[in-house]
Amino acid sequence: MNLRSIPISAWIGIIGIALCLLCAIFAPFIAPFGERDVVGEIWMPAGGDFLLGTDNLGRDLLSRMIYGARTTIFVALVATVISFALGMILSFAAAVTGGFVDQLLSRFNDLMMAVPTLIFALVVLAVLPQHLWILILVMAVLDSTRVFRIGRAVALDIAVMEFVEAARLRGEGSLWIIFREILPNTLSPLLAEFGLRFAFSILFLSTLSFLGLGIQPPAADWGGMVKDNKDGIIFGISAALVPGAAIATLAICVNLVVDWLMKRTSSLKGGRGDA
Amino acid sequence: MPELLSVKNLKIEATSYPPGEPPKVVTLVEGVSFDLAKGKVLGLIGESGAGKSTIGLSALAYGRGGVRITGGEVLLNGKDILKLDRGGINSVRGCHVCYVAQSAAAAFNPAHKLGDQVIEASLRHGIMSREEAKKRALYLFRVLGLPNPETFGGRYPHQVSGGQLQRAMTAMALCPNPELIVFDEPTTALDVTTQIDVLAAIKHAIEETHTAALYITHDLAVVAQISDDIMVLRHGKTVEYGTTKQVIEAPKEDYTRALVSVRQAKRNEAPDQSGTLLKIEHVHAAYGNGFKVLHDVSMHLSKGQTLAIVGESGSGKSTLARVITGLLPPTEGRITFDGKELPKALKGRTNDELRRIQMIYQMADTAMNPRQTVRDIIGRPLSFYFSMHGAKKTERVKELLDQIEMGTRFLDRYPAELSGGQKQRVAIARALAAKPELILCDEPTSALDPLVAEGILNLLMKLQEETAVSYVFITHDIAIVRAIADSVAVMHRGRLVRFGPKSKVLSPPFDDYTDLLLKSVPEMEIGWLERVLKTRRMESAGN
Repeated sequence: MNLRSIPISAWIGIIGIALCLLCAIFAPFIAPFGERDVVGEIWMPAGGDFLLGTDNLGRDLLSRMIYGARTTIFVALVATVISFALGMILSFAAAVTGGFVDQLLSRFNDLMMAVPTLIFALVVLAVLPQHLWILILVMAVLDSTRVFRIGRAVALDIAVMEFVEAARLRGEGSLWIIFREILPNTLSPLLAEFGLRFAFSILFLSTLSFLGLGIQPPAADWGGMVKDNKDGIIFGISAALVPGAAIATLAICVNLVVDWLMKRTSSLKGGRGDA
Repeated sequence: MPELLSVKNLKIEATSYPPGEPPKVVTLVEGVSFDLAKGKVLGLIGESGAGKSTIGLSALAYGRGGVRITGGEVLLNGKDILKLDRGGINSVRGCHVCYVAQSAAAAFNPAHKLGDQVIEASLRHGIMSREEAKKRALYLFRVLGLPNPETFGGRYPHQVSGGQLQRAMTAMALCPNPELIVFDEPTTALDVTTQIDVLAAIKHAIEETHTAALYITHDLAVVAQISDDIMVLRHGKTVEYGTTKQVIEAPKEDYTRALVSVRQAKRNEAPDQSGTLLKIEHVHAAYGNGFKVLHDVSMHLSKGQTLAIVGESGSGKSTLARVITGLLPPTEGRITFDGKELPKALKGRTNDELRRIQMIYQMADTAMNPRQTVRDIIGRPLSFYFSMHGAKKTERVKELLDQIEMGTRFLDRYPAELSGGQKQRVAIARALAAKPELILCDEPTSALDPLVAEGILNLLMKLQEETAVSYVFITHDIAIVRAIADSVAVMHRGRLVRFGPKSKVLSPPFDDYTDLLLKSVPEMEIGWLERVLKTRRMESAGN
């Protein structure tokens, strides 16, 4: 693989994600003001000392955006990765073993999906103590039900192929079959799902923050910032649109990169020539 | 005599789009010319990619999926149909020229009754009234020998067999009384015993209705029975064009000679049939839903020899292979391998027991992981069974590649970068890598072109001489049995009909089913079809 083979759309995505990650990692050095410092009047317009203006409490919007990238990306990314690890391992195990194990896992999954996600999350988060890792785990477990569904469907298609049968005849164990025979052939749809799920995770976290059960104030996160500033929209203050636009941009960037990865992994000739 | 169809200097092109490169124009067919008189049959023959279907469709002025007819003329009754506008072409298709596809099961709409679909074109073109069309359909059902012709039209496609469906499709093509029918491999997907019935029905029907036909196939023996002229194609160009008699009996070109002489190899059976390697005793097997697929099957195989299992689809021959591998444990009976009883289920067997029995599949495409290179595919049994790694493993993979006559430049290719025959060779190498004593071959050549298939068979025979491996060879093709087997088992509807040394099984006196099976195999001989239809004992296989 060389850098030239990466299409422009993927470059845009990569640059966007890199920018967000830089902000997240070096937040204290980049941000002009502190995350929680009230530095001016409320809802001051953009320009002057405050590049993006101030929020509903008079904190610098740009600084909070930069600190917010930290929590938002961290929580969404970790939740998505955990949900994929959980969903894929369980779904592949169900597809490969079949029979009772498959039934048990699949019906339990149906049960989980039968309860509306948001209500489930609200109840669980209201009962459990408010820790960041509990929030992440709840998001991951709820999301993994969707991953399980798609993972089992694609794995079942592959598990009945003759090359998997050939591997069984060779005497290979389930782990080899899952990771070497099935996983490489299911990567494309799963990658596409990953991009989508990551974007949904950001939205879900924003929803939870909006409802007051996500990231707790005064810590900044993009969804919470939309909520804090939403009342300003009535008065023509655009402060709520800035974090909203950031969420949209990040989601698009992730999907641009995933589209490119998908094209690469769906090639049956190892990326040389056409698929 | 005025020609019905006259194709002159046909040129057909398509555009391919390799990524990262400018689009390329590929020439599929070039400089093909032929004439077809009323009521005559022209056979177009060639291997896959020879352009025979493309040429056949040009008689309907149709190019499939981006294929363009860019040069030449297609004259139907003296009029160039390539110059017609859309409306003009529509009045030709399904009216003057009709088409019979290879897979009738995929070509019929499953939601409509056969009778309605058969008469649809005639009604749409306003050739006949519904009553007339129904009468003609009934007549055609009779001519084609379909069972219960009066009620046949009331059935849905899934309610009739594959052979009947193919005949219904022929009826559909014949219904509007066309001048020309294009048959695109109509019997290729059928069993031999069914093929002969369909072939006889098609021949009878086109003689009865005085329709001209283009008959496309890759089987020279089939086309010899039905056509007046034959055109041999290769890479989109004419190799040889002449009367059937001349092409079959005195071929001029080397390629035609190779096609005519293919599969005429015969092997003398090994005299010594002692030293039993595999013994199957009174095996019964059933699917999970209780459906019994094997009834009391017993046979045995000696070391270093080949046992051919013959039968049509649904006879249980592939199921028997699954029982031997342990994928489908038998409900009764036992399987002994090299003097020791094999555990019934796959899970109960040790890695060494698994190693000694390897398998080769019909479709090499699906039998290999498309994400692994040739090196990984062949190398895995080496590291799995023999713990070989690094340079030693690479060395052995190269050796195996030499053994299958492919060479080391294929090491890092993916299966998608190999041809059909090469894929099957890699699958053979994977089986060989385990140093097996028995290889189960499940129709390994039936998806391949005849010349490629012959190469694979020769390779398997060479490997048997070198490594003394035994084969269980599952096939529906008697010619292959003659070429490679030492002993033969004939199966029919899950039961063993006949088993023994090849010379005994393939010589009279025959039971009725073996007689039918043997006589259904097309032979490279003009007039074979009529001769066989007169002499066979079992009316047909009921298809």
